[in-house]
Amino acid sequence: MLEIITFSTLNGVLYGMVLFMLASGLTLIFSMMGVLNFAHASFYMLGAYFGFEISRRIGFWPALIVAPILVGVAGALVERFGLRRVHKFGHVPELLFTFGLAFVIEEIVQMIWGKLPVDYRVPPSLDFTAFRLFDTTYPAYKMFMLAIAIGMFVALLVVLNKTRVGLIIQASLTHPHTVAMLGHDVPTVFMAVFGAGSALAGLAGVMAGPAFVTQPAMAALLGPILFVVIVVGGLGSLGGAFVASLLIGLVQTFAVAINGSLSDLLGPSAADWLGDLGTVTVAQIAPIIPYFLLVLVLIIKPTGLFGTRES
Amino acid sequence: MSALGKILPWIVLAILLAVAPYIFTSGTSHTMLSIMALSIIFALSYNMLLGQTGLLSFGHAVYYGLGGFVAIHAMNTIIRNKYAVPLPVIPLIGGAAGLLFGIVFGSVSTRRAGTVFSMISLGLGELVASSALILRTFFGGEEGITTNRSRLAPFFGYKFGPQIEVYYLIACWCFVCILLMYAITRTPFGRMCNAVRENPERAEFVGYSARMVRFIAFSLAGLFAGIAGALAALNFEIMNTQSIGAVQSGLVLLMTFVGGAGVFFGPIIGAILITFLQITLSDVTGAWQLYFGLLFILVVMYSPGGIAGWLALHEPLYRGGQLGRLVPAYAINAVPLIIMIAGGILLIELAFWALVKSEGEGPEMSIFHISMNTSSFWHWLVAVVLFLGGAFALRATWPRVQDAWGSAVARLREQPA
Repeated sequence: MLEIITFSTLNGVLYGMVLFMLASGLTLIFSMMGVLNFAHASFYMLGAYFGFEISRRIGFWPALIVAPILVGVAGALVERFGLRRVHKFGHVPELLFTFGLAFVIEEIVQMIWGKLPVDYRVPPSLDFTAFRLFDTTYPAYKMFMLAIAIGMFVALLVVLNKTRVGLIIQASLTHPHTVAMLGHDVPTVFMAVFGAGSALAGLAGVMAGPAFVTQPAMAALLGPILFVVIVVGGLGSLGGAFVASLLIGLVQTFAVAINGSLSDLLGPSAADWLGDLGTVTVAQIAPIIPYFLLVLVLIIKPTGLFGTRES
Repeated sequence: MSALGKILPWIVLAILLAVAPYIFTSGTSHTMLSIMALSIIFALSYNMLLGQTGLLSFGHAVYYGLGGFVAIHAMNTIIRNKYAVPLPVIPLIGGAAGLLFGIVFGSVSTRRAGTVFSMISLGLGELVASSALILRTFFGGEEGITTNRSRLAPFFGYKFGPQIEVYYLIACWCFVCILLMYAITRTPFGRMCNAVRENPERAEFVGYSARMVRFIAFSLAGLFAGIAGALAALNFEIMNTQSIGAVQSGLVLLMTFVGGAGVFFGPIIGAILITFLQITLSDVTGAWQLYFGLLFILVVMYSPGGIAGWLALHEPLYRGGQLGRLVPAYAINAVPLIIMIAGGILLIELAFWALVKSEGEGPEMSIFHISMNTSSFWHWLVAVVLFLGGAFALRATWPRVQDAWGSAVARLREQPA
């Protein structure tokens, strides 16, 4: 029992931190530009595939640096030549543009790398056991991911709170129009934030690729969860996104570890009148728990846990 | 507008629906026409949200799918107990299910409009789609639920075995639903939907609850989506969890937006076009989904009003008799546009063949009955030159269209009103 709790906590925090690497970029982009970027998880997927391709040809360590930069450049180009053009039509066409983009990226990835998962492995230099607890080993690679994720978190905090760039971004979260009136080149700031957010998603992808599965559906699987995270945390709130990321990471990881069902709890007779609901295990419903959480939070507190803005 | 002018489009629509199977007589085209007709209902129901009320939903297939599943279970129950219920009534059951789920989910999600609404619709869509995979008794797991429509009680002697009979059933429902949805847009409620879309604050000041208006629109959209789902159930005689998921929701968004959300008949164009492309394109090319994505992006970027919105731009010119001024400019622009599109298609097909097919089938391929070779540098060059050449030529000829528009509009203004 203690073993399950320890490892589920570790894995849950890790998953939550990966979610936050994506959710932080998404929240920043949303707060500044009012665009909910549907393609954000696609940049995460691109990161994983670029990481796979570069580590296959050159090595994992160059991939860890080059792939996020490539993804960031791709993101900046999308902003400059796609979103900026659509911006004048309003928010709905912007959202739809990123929706179509996510679709196109998935198709292109399928064309280039095929429909099946690619063999993106943990690099040999990190392929060892970090520690052993209650006869279960924990891979060093996951500790490495955790370290990078925490490092990114700290770096983000420092940039946002201690630098001038961070000041402008922070101000844009709450008062985007005032920032523009103060004479900052808002389009360039947008492009930079969009690029940086995409690069962060790309970095998460390079790291998460070997630990999870690198496949064309990975964006479509993660994307909706990401939206749950930023809505539950409160739109435009970085702190909220952090708490919600960890919350959803932990809840989902723990749910997967629980193999009980309602009929286990209420006795076999419950299966008769509950039907499928009685026999379904908690592990099986793990994928839908975030969406339940979303609906629940929106009924109780429509602005999300820490949100102040509504749209 | 005269009374005849009001009724005439509906007579034309009824005639078109009636004679279509005699123009396209093959079995496959009857199937396609049936799918088009039910897609029209689905897309129009979606446009009650997107176009009419300004609500961008990413989970509209939920009501379509649930309507379909309830309808198919209703059909199986009717068959099992030999109730005297004929097939044409089934869409009412699907519609009722769609309405019910629209009311339940609408009460949660219509509190706010805009981005928050979109996210909730996405979450609810994922919730229902994932639940459908778990609740295997109702949704039938991977295989889905099947039925046999011809075992229901006959309706005036018709048993709806042949596709043509089903087509007329769907076409009748399609006509009724289009009429009803159009009628809704003409009611005070329909106008309030527009008001809530444009400015919810002002709508509230007039004394209407924006939330209530959104809620009613959402429920009604669920009703019509449920009817479309039930028609799909009795058309295909099978429902599976795909019809409830994100792909189906994306498809109805594609139909509505490409057709044009701002004009009532826009989604009808979109449903017909996208259904046709979906069925024919998947036979022609393996990259058809990529074309769908690109089509969507291009419409969003260059014609956010969709096809109908683009057509509607020309209406005042047509009325003022100035449309002829645009013809030469459009004709000149069409040449580089077609060259660019041909180059683009050539590039995509070459890339698709080189990346996906060439390993198994070699570098030889054919597009438009022209044989190409993916290992030949020159064939790639031709594609690139066509595409880029077309793009640059289009940039050069585009000002002519703007000039023609300018002069046509100027002429229009000179005319006495």
